[in-house]
Amino acid sequence: MPSRRTFIATTAAGGAVVAGGLVAGPSVFGAEPADAAGAPPDSRVSLTVNGERHTVTVDNRTSLLDLLREHLDLTGSKKGCNAGACGACTVLVDGRRVNSCLTLAIRLEGAEVTTIEGLAEGDRLHPLQQAFIDHDAFQCGYCTAGQIMSGVGCIDEGRTGSPEEIREFMSGNVCRCGCYVNIVRAVEQTARGK
Amino acid sequence: MHPFSYTRAAGTRQALDAGRAGGRYIAGGTTLVDLMRETVERPRTLVDISALPLREITVTRRGGLRIGALVRMSEAVAHRGVRALYPVISQALELSASAQLRNMATIGGNIMQRTRCAYFRDVSAACNKREPGSGCAALHGVNRTHAILGTSDACVATHPSDVAVAFTALEATVHLLGPDGERTVPFTDFLLRPGNTPDREHALRKGELIAAVELPALPRPLKSGYLKVRDRQSYEFALTSAAVALHISGGVIREARVAAGGVGTVPWKLPAVERQLIGQRPSHALWTRAAQRAADGARPLQHNRFKVELLKRTVERQLRVVGGGK
Repeated sequence: MPSRRTFIATTAAGGAVVAGGLVAGPSVFGAEPADAAGAPPDSRVSLTVNGERHTVTVDNRTSLLDLLREHLDLTGSKKGCNAGACGACTVLVDGRRVNSCLTLAIRLEGAEVTTIEGLAEGDRLHPLQQAFIDHDAFQCGYCTAGQIMSGVGCIDEGRTGSPEEIREFMSGNVCRCGCYVNIVRAVEQTARGK
Repeated sequence: MHPFSYTRAAGTRQALDAGRAGGRYIAGGTTLVDLMRETVERPRTLVDISALPLREITVTRRGGLRIGALVRMSEAVAHRGVRALYPVISQALELSASAQLRNMATIGGNIMQRTRCAYFRDVSAACNKREPGSGCAALHGVNRTHAILGTSDACVATHPSDVAVAFTALEATVHLLGPDGERTVPFTDFLLRPGNTPDREHALRKGELIAAVELPALPRPLKSGYLKVRDRQSYEFALTSAAVALHISGGVIREARVAAGGVGTVPWKLPAVERQLIGQRPSHALWTRAAQRAADGARPLQHNRFKVELLKRTVERQLRVVGGGK
């Protein structure tokens, strides 16, 4: 648990929920970088998401996941652990699967991001999306976007030689419903159909 | 997460200037961003070094391999030279983290990653590494995953890297860039044991950058491999691990490089095991005898006594896997 001091410093600096009485004075911020008005440093970044170019100015602390969900209204990528441990936030950056929760958005100048929303071609689902339906590879669905984006990466990397290999190279995606057997089948089917 | 300013270094000079001014370097960011969110790390300025020309893997004149600090873990694993010459490196990398993290994290960042000790990561707990002088909550706390070698009364946290164990075994060299030029440090001197100053973790001077890790040319044929023992089969840190490289010629072991992970405050070289092996013929009896020396000097804590025996068995099994014999 964060200490009260840490909570105040980090939350107040976030800007959205500053309760005036909580901010005890300049000592709370100390010499933290902030402009004269007390706003935390921000940066401008231009990146492409699902083929569409965006230029945004965001607080330097914004993760790619929060950029997608809170600024670009792409809520398909999910926030599970926010620490790189669960994989629910997996997206492709320049074709490689990464944890968007551990990626600072301002570092993505010129990058190409693909999220679950960018996978289908019009009304035609990506083969792995279809395979997840065919194999009943989810229950609650919270991890599914991350599983599918990670599965696309796994197939691209050629790590689908056996169910064991798929399991190993999909281990960065946790499913609390325990749909692993069907997830592995969906990835396997899609890889074979490639 | 505390606010921070951000600069993207266009070149090495700019990066070093920003580093000397107190900026914190960020490469893959998988550890740093995580710890910033926990407010364990509170950098005022981040210096993005991802544009620096440190992304090559090259064969050295001496016949070794030089891996640039910004080479991603997944790139190093995929490199044919790494796979062919040093399987212990590619195996250690591939048994680390997840596919997503390996696509982000770099070699330089991997060896700079900070401990997974839960008390270090919890800003309300006592931790001499995070806050010198505050005490060590792990010493008499829940310490099942902690170190049994290289510990002090100030700190018992393990170094979490796998590939650093392989670098230690192979006796790699770290190339550093600083304001005064380049210098090299033996890998075994790069990461520091805690002693009374567990907050000092490495030999980097202020503003210095890791440029590359160089693997030495070793006599061929060289057999090598990495074994990682953990609580679950994948995507977990090591309880114990063993990096082994053997040069066997004429039926006799001429070179032996052995190190252990998950047990030390730094990756733990096992010279006593190596000495048992040199000049001997591979056999199961030899592996058993040599591995008995793997936990020399161990000081187990309340919950990690099991690591002493597990370490010996881990080393024995990996000697057998790499060295064969009857």
